[in-house]
Amino acid sequence: MVDAQHYHSIRFDASACHGCMACMRVCPTQAIRIRHERAVMLDDRCIDCGECIKVCTKHAVVPLTESMAHLAKFDCTVAIPSPALYTQFDGQVTPGLILQALRNSGFDDAATLSWSCGAVTHAIELFLASYRGPGPLISSFCPSVVRLVQVKYPALVDQLLPILSPREVAAREAKLKKSAETGLPPDRIGAVYVTPCPAKMVSIVDHPGMPASYIDSAIGISDLFPLLAPAIRDVQGSGEKVPENETAAGLAWAFSINLPSSLPAEDTLSVWGLPNVLRILDDMDKGRLQRYVFVECHACFEGCVSGALTVENPYVARARALRLQQSLPKRDLVDAGEMRARHAHGDFRTTVPFTARPPRPLGRDIVAAITKMQERDRMAAALPGIDCGACGAPTCASFAEDVVIGDANDAQCVFVRQHQLEDTIARLSGGAPPARRVAVTAVEEPR
Amino acid sequence: MTDAEFVRAYEVAGSDFTNAGRASTSIKETLKDMGIASALVRRVAIAAYEAEMNMVMYARRGTMTLHVTPVVVTIDVRDEGPGIPDISLAMQEGFTTATPEMREMGFGAGMGLPNIRRNTDRLVITSEVDRGTHLVMQVHVS
Repeated sequence: MVDAQHYHSIRFDASACHGCMACMRVCPTQAIRIRHERAVMLDDRCIDCGECIKVCTKHAVVPLTESMAHLAKFDCTVAIPSPALYTQFDGQVTPGLILQALRNSGFDDAATLSWSCGAVTHAIELFLASYRGPGPLISSFCPSVVRLVQVKYPALVDQLLPILSPREVAAREAKLKKSAETGLPPDRIGAVYVTPCPAKMVSIVDHPGMPASYIDSAIGISDLFPLLAPAIRDVQGSGEKVPENETAAGLAWAFSINLPSSLPAEDTLSVWGLPNVLRILDDMDKGRLQRYVFVECHACFEGCVSGALTVENPYVARARALRLQQSLPKRDLVDAGEMRARHAHGDFRTTVPFTARPPRPLGRDIVAAITKMQERDRMAAALPGIDCGACGAPTCASFAEDVVIGDANDAQCVFVRQHQLEDTIARLSGGAPPARRVAVTAVEEPR
Repeated sequence: MTDAEFVRAYEVAGSDFTNAGRASTSIKETLKDMGIASALVRRVAIAAYEAEMNMVMYARRGTMTLHVTPVVVTIDVRDEGPGIPDISLAMQEGFTTATPEMREMGFGAGMGLPNIRRNTDRLVITSEVDRGTHLVMQVHVS
């Protein structure tokens, strides 16, 4: 039984972890602590962005994507690669070759996102044309961005775009098509996303806008790579002619700006990398940016091609994507009339409102929280404010909070411990304790 | 038990656009950490941000002091600056003394004080020309 509320697509392996603090320092939501020399996750704060995976050199941060063995659960499987997959191989390798190699590697079929990317773009345009709610709307296709809003910016959940992602639409269509072809019921067909990051597992296990995801499983690009590379060489060697169904627009979703062309560029923002996403959401949280209509947010700086489970340098991947785009058809696969009808029918809408998931508050009620916050500020004032991390918390402010909620002991701070020792020595020797500078007067929130 | 009160003060430097908005971010995040309802936090955040930006744009320096009790969130904003000659005029939507530079940065639409009033349950403004301005903004918790 998966605890969906706190499901995470990342697990820390205590046997591999050295407690080096690399992940703790990079975590954008301060969801990692080092306890007993091992990294642990604060599950109500983690947004599954995978930054910890990228920096861990000990393989101690384990993505909880599935293995190929998981395919046996289904009577029929369809691989649905993220367009980022196409950028992981050299220029001669086309999307058509990769899809064929997937079919030869254990999947019964493989489908592109090309139609669904176009369909979702149309759906966004149609939705925005009649939207009158609070703005700007925030793109909801990156599961880490959605979780970030749910966890850290609960007042903004109603501004998450209630449109299905291209991968969900592609999975739904692929299942219907395969069901018609094989006569199997759609629930016996496994839609398997080939994913650049573990965060997609979050929207598979616990989709924030639907009772259940259309995708059944996800396999990391890095896990599939050793299997896929020789399979691609085999297809190339066979001289087999493969169809090219991917489009330039579909590929664009992996790495470039995808704002609806119906919107004036000056009414939109395209934000890349979690530190920048945090700043934009913080501004929106203070009532700013209301003149914008739509904000596209990506957790990764270079988009999905820089996901934690990719293998190629994201800048090389980007250059390849640009080269590939030139060779792929520019056509729009989507029929505008069909789109209008299906949009009116709600075909591309999420069906469950996005909900806030704020972390546990400091106290069980406001009186307790006031007391705890006073204690936090007093504790912070006794700390050096240099965020050394030796205590196992990323900042002095977060350590102060850990101490007041009972998750840490003040003597874990090397400075506090030194002061305590000096005071004890002074007391025992009858001398005066050394004079000290009071470093911090107020806790500054990280931006 | 209503005598419980959390107090924290923030210094705000006039014309420091690099750090502008940090105090209101910290106020907002502190209230969230305390478990205050997000709709209330949002109102406080908007009011605090407007007040902070007014100080950054017009004053030499100022302080924002956050007070939280189980009943009410109060932000006491005190600055050393030009003051407001006609408060009722400044409260009118669209009235602004912003310079073209301020407007280029997206401020000065004349919505600052009206926006503060709209998002607070109580607002008291006192000001002395060439000395400074004092705002008391309150949002009820319960």
